[in-house]
Amino acid sequence: MLFLLFGGSALVTGITMVLFPNPVRSALFLVLNLFCVAVLYLLLNAYFLATVQVIVYAGAIMVLFLFVIMLLNLGTPDRSLDKLRWQQPAAVGIAVVLAALFGAVIYQSVPAGPPASAMMVEAPTLYAPRAEPNPMLTNQISDPNQLRAITPDTMGTVTGIGQSLYNPGEAWLFPFEATSILLLIAVIGSVVLAKRRLPGEDASAAGEREGGTG
Amino acid sequence: MNPVAESAAVAAGANPLLPVHGAVPLSWYLILSAMLFMIGVVGVLVKRNPIVIFMSIELMLNAVNLSFIAFGRYLGNVGGQMFAIFVMAVAAAEVAVGLGILISIFRSRENINVDEINVMKG
Repeated sequence: MLFLLFGGSALVTGITMVLFPNPVRSALFLVLNLFCVAVLYLLLNAYFLATVQVIVYAGAIMVLFLFVIMLLNLGTPDRSLDKLRWQQPAAVGIAVVLAALFGAVIYQSVPAGPPASAMMVEAPTLYAPRAEPNPMLTNQISDPNQLRAITPDTMGTVTGIGQSLYNPGEAWLFPFEATSILLLIAVIGSVVLAKRRLPGEDASAAGEREGGTG
Repeated sequence: MNPVAESAAVAAGANPLLPVHGAVPLSWYLILSAMLFMIGVVGVLVKRNPIVIFMSIELMLNAVNLSFIAFGRYLGNVGGQMFAIFVMAVAAAEVAVGLGILISIFRSRENINVDEINVMKG
């Protein structure tokens, strides 16, 4: 029930985000959409990620969006200036094709059998046709040395995330460090891109402007 | 959500406060994720304002995160949530750099309509 409620409202807010021409309203509907998806994360037991979604996405990133919208003082764009008039119907057509593709893939990946009952079974039994269920997938490892310390119920908590992310025995420590370098590069790059031109650099800025209009 | 499966799982000793594992089938999450992704694709293709295009990209990244987490939950693997964390970090970096580029373009041209930006056209 909660899934239907918040999944439906996520869809509705997503569609209204695309339909509104005003960017500020689009941003606010995207915030609502992110909240709905955060509730879906909670339903999937991903508590830490739901919190991060609300704090980082709906808090920090959307404030950045709204700040830039206000800074650039963008109003509702004039659609009569559009150069590619065929683009909107083409986009809708491409979306329909993509929807058919997704639908075909998801339909084929649903296991065979009576659809209503097969879709409602508990997840590990989705692999019932296999002769030997993969122990990593079903969490039924008999050898205690192979048993992971994280059970699915504590998987999404801060403890579970931290034990997996900072565990040198698992594969996530190196991507984590690489992500920190990526964020450092992004910070430096955005500061360099958005900084004000110094008086001595006016010549190069003017050259860019001429090159841009030419 | 299927109330029959839910009550059966509760009777089997599951914690009633936790969402019943498998009560909502995985394919529903995948369908919802695909629909959100398509809304994002339409937004990228239709919109003229690059900020709204960025927001549509955020929508697509969120849809992918949703299917990552759903897969991780239904397969009992922590990798889905790990990937979602990295996707969030990369999305934050992408937004910071992209909005910096937009501000830079706006400073030099006073206009950020994507139809008018043809500096790299060659």
